[in-house]
Amino acid sequence: MTGDTSPPQVLIAGNPNCGKSTLFNAISGGSAHVGNYPGVTVDRTTAPLDLASGRIELVDVPGMYSLTASSPEEQLAVSALLERGTRAVVCVVDATTLQRGLYLTLQLIESGVPVVVALNMMDAADRLGLRIDAECLSARLGAPVVPVVATKRLGLDALRSALDAVLAKSPPAPPKIEYPRALEDDIAALSPVVAEWRPSASTTELRAFALWCMLSLGDDSLIGVPSSVREAASRIRARAVEAGRDPDLEIVSSRYRWLDAAVAAASSDLQNEAPLSERIDRVLTHPVAGLLIFAVVMFGIFEALFAGAEPFMGAIESLTAFLQGQATALLPAGILRDLIVQGVIAGVGNVIVFAPQILMLFLFVGFLEDSGYLARVAFVIDRPMKAVGLHGKAFVPLLSGFACAVPAVMGTRTIERRRDRLVTMLALPLMSCSARLPIFILVVGTVFAGESVGWFSAGAVALFSMYTLSVLVTLGAAAAIRRTVLPGPTPTFVLEMPPYRWPSARILWINAWRRLRIFLVDAGTIILAMTIVLWAFLSFPKSEEITAHYEVERDRIERLALPDGQEDEALRLLSGQEARAQLEQSLGGRFGHAIEPVLRPIGFDWQIGVGIIGAFAAREVFVSTLGVVFGIGEADEENKPLRQALQDAKHSDGTPVMTPLSGLSLMVFFLLACQCMSTIAVVKRESGSWKWPAFLFTYMTVLAYVASLIVYQGGQLLGFV
Amino acid sequence: MPASLTELKPGQVGEIVSIDCGRSMSRRLMEMGLLPGTRVRVVRAAPLGDPLELRLRDYSLSVRRSEADRIAVRPEGRA
Repeated sequence: MTGDTSPPQVLIAGNPNCGKSTLFNAISGGSAHVGNYPGVTVDRTTAPLDLASGRIELVDVPGMYSLTASSPEEQLAVSALLERGTRAVVCVVDATTLQRGLYLTLQLIESGVPVVVALNMMDAADRLGLRIDAECLSARLGAPVVPVVATKRLGLDALRSALDAVLAKSPPAPPKIEYPRALEDDIAALSPVVAEWRPSASTTELRAFALWCMLSLGDDSLIGVPSSVREAASRIRARAVEAGRDPDLEIVSSRYRWLDAAVAAASSDLQNEAPLSERIDRVLTHPVAGLLIFAVVMFGIFEALFAGAEPFMGAIESLTAFLQGQATALLPAGILRDLIVQGVIAGVGNVIVFAPQILMLFLFVGFLEDSGYLARVAFVIDRPMKAVGLHGKAFVPLLSGFACAVPAVMGTRTIERRRDRLVTMLALPLMSCSARLPIFILVVGTVFAGESVGWFSAGAVALFSMYTLSVLVTLGAAAAIRRTVLPGPTPTFVLEMPPYRWPSARILWINAWRRLRIFLVDAGTIILAMTIVLWAFLSFPKSEEITAHYEVERDRIERLALPDGQEDEALRLLSGQEARAQLEQSLGGRFGHAIEPVLRPIGFDWQIGVGIIGAFAAREVFVSTLGVVFGIGEADEENKPLRQALQDAKHSDGTPVMTPLSGLSLMVFFLLACQCMSTIAVVKRESGSWKWPAFLFTYMTVLAYVASLIVYQGGQLLGFV
Repeated sequence: MPASLTELKPGQVGEIVSIDCGRSMSRRLMEMGLLPGTRVRVVRAAPLGDPLELRLRDYSLSVRRSEADRIAVRPEGRA
């Protein structure tokens, strides 16, 4: 269609680990914009680029080894190619592993799109004594080949002018690859059917499309391929297989035969039988030393998330509290002030408080990924992960789940396949995160203080059991989700082990910052909105009667002319009681009362129920909500009056609410329930739909309720209280 | 007589004879350059025994034993 003013698109494609993103960042100067491909949650990173011939839009497509696809995700690159406006492709090839990178290049050239080959890592090739004749290679491929060193920003100008040159003219005919006679017949038979699907395609494009269909169609889940093409392709395939042929093998090996000849002509032999990385791996993947180093590195990540982020998070929390105090002092009392203080400022605080952990995790994971060690992590830990149907790369996100599910869910991006990523994302919120700890401590301090089990204190045993249970349930849930909701084969494991490289601090920072910005904008808005809704739920309606009653009480106390200390204390107690009374008759308080019949069988009363509602903001908020519910005001998990109030709380029949058994039930509930709106928000962002967070919340809540029910009812049957 | 890739000892080299890992896995391996005729060296097994690290076409690739079992090779350096 005419009238389209959007700039022409140039894709930047290449194998994983070929330095594609480094080149993208180098050439675009960090002015990238991250969006989403429609329908799938793969980042679509774009940046404007000014060439001599005008402005283009550079699109960073995910790393891939070929254009062949069997899932909608792999189809992305192909669809991006077909998008109106794609004018050329920069194909980044790692010079040290030429044939494999050129396989993708060849596929691109075959498809008829103008290609510029960026021969990256020329410095590494030089060090290995590998000489590549770029002109010879260029002549063979029929596309310009530009040597570059992306990390040192070498060759970028030459790359730009080569791009200008290919944009100015139509590409030459692709090189003639000799496919077997029988395969040529297959292509000829398939082409007319493909032509009906793509009426405007050129002869070159039709041939490439027919080859793509032969290789991709069959056991795929691709979208948008018409059934006529499917049927024709499967008929032709079946005929070939009957004749004892393997069309896949014919296509791929013909291409590699051509490539081997081209590479042999254009480059010297690589004499690199035991590269440096392999020698490093003798230590890093050694049966003993390797496992030890692995444990140390993982502990380092864990420590950074758990303890390293703590001071920053504390500072953010103090700042939030300070701003809340300032706003309270400056604004006149009323609903608007409450909205700003308890809704907006608290909500923004709830979002920003995740920033330190997210930055740290992504700096860490980025370092592991760019250095090449992340592939070794997967290599070392794949065996036990495979047993529960997870990918080796799921290990780091799962471990991070012990600190916080929010950065951990974001960390699942290193897992390539969507199904594997979703399974990990949906199981890891069961890992006992640091926000559960305050609740455990409060409960342990309330019901297990001074008790012991054998030689150990009952509290320590309870805590240890929670962490063990969380690991077992997480792995069990992953296995169950894999078998039911997301059925599919155990994730395959074909992983390139890239050579070790020293990552660039600048790239690490750009990527971590980009991830943080996505979180702040996309998940942050959801978290802020939910904070405000939750605040309203626990604040409205306001009872004028209660306000008036406590106004009278306050006046009465002030008239008593008590000594200063006593008066303050009395007023503090009074406002605690007022907050409690208002909360009890708010929507949230009434809801707590309404669900009491449901909570009673697992050992809770309405007050715990209100605490659970408040804790949807974040688990640790349970403690402060209980502080309000019991009329104590501000309280933390070590708070003595709160523990006392909990110990004194009685059900309507006079039995105590908090017993060791109901305490255990409460811990199990919080261990398993999805009491965290930030997790919901981030799963929405990372899965791309509300369907998955809804499923997550439902299954975890049901699981938590059933488990608490078993603990409480089972415990009573066994004679515990 | 072809052996399976898992029968090669670390350090041993073999030439791929055939790949029989199901269509999509076989295709993936082939497109990454693991084709009949390609020379592959088994570098090592992971600390816990699985997966294996292979060296082919100047890069390192890791595959599980379950796949390697179904890749037939002609071992080199044997009569």
